[in-house]
Amino acid sequence: MWMIEIPPFIPFLIGALIAAFTRGVLRNILMIAVPIISGLHLWMVPEGIHLQFAFLDYQLSPYRVDKLSLMFGYVFHIAAFIAIIYSLHVKDTLQQVSAMLYAGSGLGAVFAGDLLTLFVFWELLAFTSVFLIWARRTPQSYVAGMRYLIIQVLSGVILLVGALFYAAENGTLDFSYIGLDGIAGWLIFIAFGIKCAFPVAHNWLTDAYPEATVTGTVFLSAFTTKVAVYALARSYPGTELLIYIGAAMTCFPIFFAVIENDLRRVLAYSLINQVGFMVVGIGIGTALAINGAVSHAFNDVIFKGLLFMSMGAVLHMTGKINGSDLGGLYKTMPKTTILCIVGAASISAFPLFSGFVSKSMVMSAALEEGYDWIWLMLLFASAGVFHHAGIKIPYFAFFAHDSGLKASDPPKNMLFAMTISAGLCIAIGIYPSALYALLPYDTGYNPYDATHVLAQTQLLFFSALAFVWLNLKGMYPPELHSTNLDCDWVYRRAMPLVFQNMFSAIWKIDRMVRDTIKEKLGHSFTYLASKNNRLSSLLSRNHPSGSMAMWVAVMLAIYLLLSFVK
Amino acid sequence: MKDEKKYLFDDPKNIQRVLYIFYTCCALLVILDFVIHRHVIHSWEKLWAFYPLYGFVGCVILVFVATWMRSFLMRDEDYYEKVDMNNLDEKNQQKLTKKITSKTGEHHVDD
Repeated sequence: MWMIEIPPFIPFLIGALIAAFTRGVLRNILMIAVPIISGLHLWMVPEGIHLQFAFLDYQLSPYRVDKLSLMFGYVFHIAAFIAIIYSLHVKDTLQQVSAMLYAGSGLGAVFAGDLLTLFVFWELLAFTSVFLIWARRTPQSYVAGMRYLIIQVLSGVILLVGALFYAAENGTLDFSYIGLDGIAGWLIFIAFGIKCAFPVAHNWLTDAYPEATVTGTVFLSAFTTKVAVYALARSYPGTELLIYIGAAMTCFPIFFAVIENDLRRVLAYSLINQVGFMVVGIGIGTALAINGAVSHAFNDVIFKGLLFMSMGAVLHMTGKINGSDLGGLYKTMPKTTILCIVGAASISAFPLFSGFVSKSMVMSAALEEGYDWIWLMLLFASAGVFHHAGIKIPYFAFFAHDSGLKASDPPKNMLFAMTISAGLCIAIGIYPSALYALLPYDTGYNPYDATHVLAQTQLLFFSALAFVWLNLKGMYPPELHSTNLDCDWVYRRAMPLVFQNMFSAIWKIDRMVRDTIKEKLGHSFTYLASKNNRLSSLLSRNHPSGSMAMWVAVMLAIYLLLSFVK
Repeated sequence: MKDEKKYLFDDPKNIQRVLYIFYTCCALLVILDFVIHRHVIHSWEKLWAFYPLYGFVGCVILVFVATWMRSFLMRDEDYYEKVDMNNLDEKNQQKLTKKITSKTGEHHVDD
């Protein structure tokens, strides 16, 4: 059937065209229809390579379907569907079009069967999503978007170079297991790592996501990092280095999240923390761990989307997003409060919520494979994520002191989108078998045994107790208007400063050198002139070359004269 | 919510009630540790109240370290903006500020 050959990014490209040329209710209906139709279509598609052609000497397969890519394909459709509903009230065509193109690029990347196709969609992800940041139309979002674009494009360029090396080494562009042997493996690893927000390369995320529009951030949180997680799961499963990188990713962002004031930036840090769990799972590489990583990516798209949506609703209705300016909103935004708490419970992995059924797989795998210290770090990160995302976000936005802000629950479409997400979070938590059936491996894992449930509940309740205790004692760090330095300081402050000073020093030296040379030249000219002057004969006012020319002319004239005489 | 204007947590008694329920839950969870036989993989898990203690101590350390980090990481809110905005060329800046000023006073930031 020829329909099978339509890759899922095509409907979204058509959707983008529709969004560009239609308006109002018609556009809304058509845009909602795109992920539904495309999703149903994907549900019917069997596994296998459905599109393949030769390009130069290489076999390209832009549309490959297997269990791993299907999993991400499904969740991207769900995410696009929810985010489109969430942004129905937006009248900005730029955002609607770029959001559709962005979702399409994400889908293109996960169904890419070769590195060249992957590269194309990798770069498209960057170029389409940056408009969701610029659409905020503030100077801050403009510069943050620029930084985002530069880093994303850099990642793409490294990927391309890596792919070329890979082709040279192996004679194929096949996008499958690569591993860390040889320069190609490392280059591609770095490219994936940048998009995956590895430590030190993570600041594009915390920098740009909070500067994007209310609805843009919801799209952004779903695709870019998850494409990178997918790419790592495809090419580097069982790479031990990933375990340590992932464990670092779970731990360090929670410290920044605790002291961050911008609540959407807190969520950006917690996004890195969640991706860390996935990276650890991929690094361990057993069937259980990979299942855990993939299912956690699936759940994370939904619950992190829900949290970004609830904070977006707060920003949309109050115009404020800093924890220090908010508080007491449960009175006027009760529905948003409840939906946010569902998201918070899911990300904290409370039993009966979606985070629990996927995160516990990664933790169990770490313990089974004997990574004790990693397991302890993950346990600490689990407690920490509850602390900053599970409690801090709802507490400072909806409870804490009364900020006196007059607000109401957001428009119906926003509430509806959040309700779908919340429903999915609970449904997956209660009935995880539906999710497990989609996973790449069958491990027969059951998250709901007494040991796991009790351990996780104890861990979470006592982290909450720590929060309560610190708050009652007045030892909890208050929300302050501030900027916290992170690795981005290096390229936002240190490097510009160093370069500015370096160039001003170079220009100074350059001017000094030129001045001295000019002076010296001037001196030597006057010296020569004065020497000439001292001769004070008929031709001495000119330079010696002038007199020479004169004498030559005279001699030639005499010579000519003599030739006539003869 | 008997009174229209009084909300659930405006009454300190209600906050106290929630906290008491919470403390009871915590205590129950520790007691359950003795009742439920758990199959442990790691030897640390056998320690008495390992998970509750780890969660509590971990979070307290987390908050203390984070507070300490503030002492050398915290800067003014416009720390980067001061420089960033100077570096934008004037034309761009005017264009952008024009767009923003036309929007000030509006409640919604994205439509």
